[in-house]
Amino acid sequence: MAFLEIDGIRKSYGAHEVLRGLDLTVDRHQVVTLIGASGCGKSTLLRCVNALETIDAGRIVLDGDPVSGRGVDVDRLRRDVGIVFQHYNLFPHMDVLHNITLAPTVLGVLDEEEAEDRATELLRRIGLADKAKALPDRLSGGQQQRVAIVRALAMRPRLLLLDEITSALDPELVAEVLNIVRDLAEDGMTMLLATHEMGFAKEVAHRVCFLHQGAVLEQGPPEQVFGDPREERTKAFLRRIVEAGRL
Amino acid sequence: MSAATTTAKPPVTAPPPSVRLPRALPPAALAVALLVCLGAAWTAAVLWRAAPADGAWSWALRTVAVAGGLGALTVLKPAGQAVRAAARARGAAVDRSRLAEARAEAADARESAWVTVGASAAVLLLTSLTLFLLANDHAVQATFFSPGAIASSTADVTRAFGTNVFIAVAAEVLVLVWGLLLAVAKLAPGRAGRPLRLLATAYIDVFRAVPSIVVIYLIGFGLPLAEIPGLSALTPTWAAVLALTLTYGAYVAEVYRSGIDSIHWSQTAAARSLGLSHSRTLRHVVVPQAVRRVVPPLLNDFIGLQKDTALVTVIGTIDAFNQARIYASNDFNLSSVTVVAALFVVITIPQTRLADRLLARSGTASKGD
Repeated sequence: MAFLEIDGIRKSYGAHEVLRGLDLTVDRHQVVTLIGASGCGKSTLLRCVNALETIDAGRIVLDGDPVSGRGVDVDRLRRDVGIVFQHYNLFPHMDVLHNITLAPTVLGVLDEEEAEDRATELLRRIGLADKAKALPDRLSGGQQQRVAIVRALAMRPRLLLLDEITSALDPELVAEVLNIVRDLAEDGMTMLLATHEMGFAKEVAHRVCFLHQGAVLEQGPPEQVFGDPREERTKAFLRRIVEAGRL
Repeated sequence: MSAATTTAKPPVTAPPPSVRLPRALPPAALAVALLVCLGAAWTAAVLWRAAPADGAWSWALRTVAVAGGLGALTVLKPAGQAVRAAARARGAAVDRSRLAEARAEAADARESAWVTVGASAAVLLLTSLTLFLLANDHAVQATFFSPGAIASSTADVTRAFGTNVFIAVAAEVLVLVWGLLLAVAKLAPGRAGRPLRLLATAYIDVFRAVPSIVVIYLIGFGLPLAEIPGLSALTPTWAAVLALTLTYGAYVAEVYRSGIDSIHWSQTAAARSLGLSHSRTLRHVVVPQAVRRVVPPLLNDFIGLQKDTALVTVIGTIDAFNQARIYASNDFNLSSVTVVAALFVVITIPQTRLADRLLARSGTASKGD
């Protein structure tokens, strides 16, 4: 059984249906990449998995446990499912270290000392140990996004969702963030990520899913989806990406 | 334009270089300055004659008369500069090679003329105020600015002002807590939070609508009637603290709420996505950021609260205003009330300046967000 199973989920904002019966599975230690045009539902899908959005129909099952619907302890679910946002969303009034230790200490997972040890270790690993006491606005976008990833990791999630985490970055800062994701993939972190970095998707993903109008239109190994797409829509999308010089 | 001429390029012509010379403005400014000086001199003479024959008060008044009269003459300086600069501008304007100089002089003349007008307006205002105080055999001055009455009442009024300060500080501490509770109640989430939301909204609506003097009246005279152990034994001072807390809690709740609303939802999303509950998100992420933003409007509400402490007079608390009224009725003179006004000005102005500075700072800080 897959680690994450998404069965026919639907989500509307008013009259606009963003997700239209979307099915998707992610196995343990697998990296699945979502590609597709803006507005195809990538971000909404990730937000639904993290329960930041409720779903109108269908179900989401995490490790055999149905985690969508009424009565689910979303706060407990979110300890297992971390998410990193496009705009980092660090807490501007706390230093970097406190950003990372907040959730583990407040939720009683770690005491203060353990949390700081873990945070310091994580910061050391991403090369930002010297920024522990800095406020987020003193960091570059790439550094902020690396901290945001580490903040999500501090809760030791079993699934990590990455929502276009390099889209807001200057081009020269993208690599430093992607390197961390690459390391995580090598360590076996289960990840579901939406991205516009096709080269990166090709390299790191076990499977690529092309989303179109709120459903998965085509999926498969990266070589197949990028090299020999079957669907007309996928071909058209990739053609535009190539024209934009992004592949 | 005919079809034939459109084929040819239009001739390149620049308008002839020109200088806009100030004509009427500098002489007009000079005339205004002279008139104002005459008025000031006359007022100074009236003040000199109004001063008593001798004594410290006489010296003070005469010093003011002389200093004010001479001070008014300073408006002549920019007026003279304006007229001279205008003359220089006219001289330079005839020579094409000195056009830049002419423009600069013209600009100087205009600026000096407007400085003259502004300064004259200030002098005129001070002159009118002095005449108002001196009018009708200086009745206003004698009633509100009697040096004797001020000297005799200042000590007691200042002592009673301590009560105003106490009420204000105690109420402010309580308001900070009560307002936050109300704001959080108004933001209670979901269907379960609805009754709490409605209650908080109703409270805030009612207490923002009722004048604080009425609330003070109701608490001061209503609570003792209820004979509730503890609550009904409140001294008038504490009744005032309670009344102002109830009223200003409603205002401050709205201030907090606007601050909480101003925090971008992505902060909440980030906190919730880490597993923090609604209340923990408020406590650790949203409220700390909101509080920083609402300090300037909070200070403004506090200044209002401090001034409203003078309303406790209606329930018999001996505060500065009540003390001043006792002096006023004994002396048949309102100068003690002027002392109250001065005391409030002295404690309020530093706070308004602080609020302005914080506002300016938060303005520049939020541009970076």
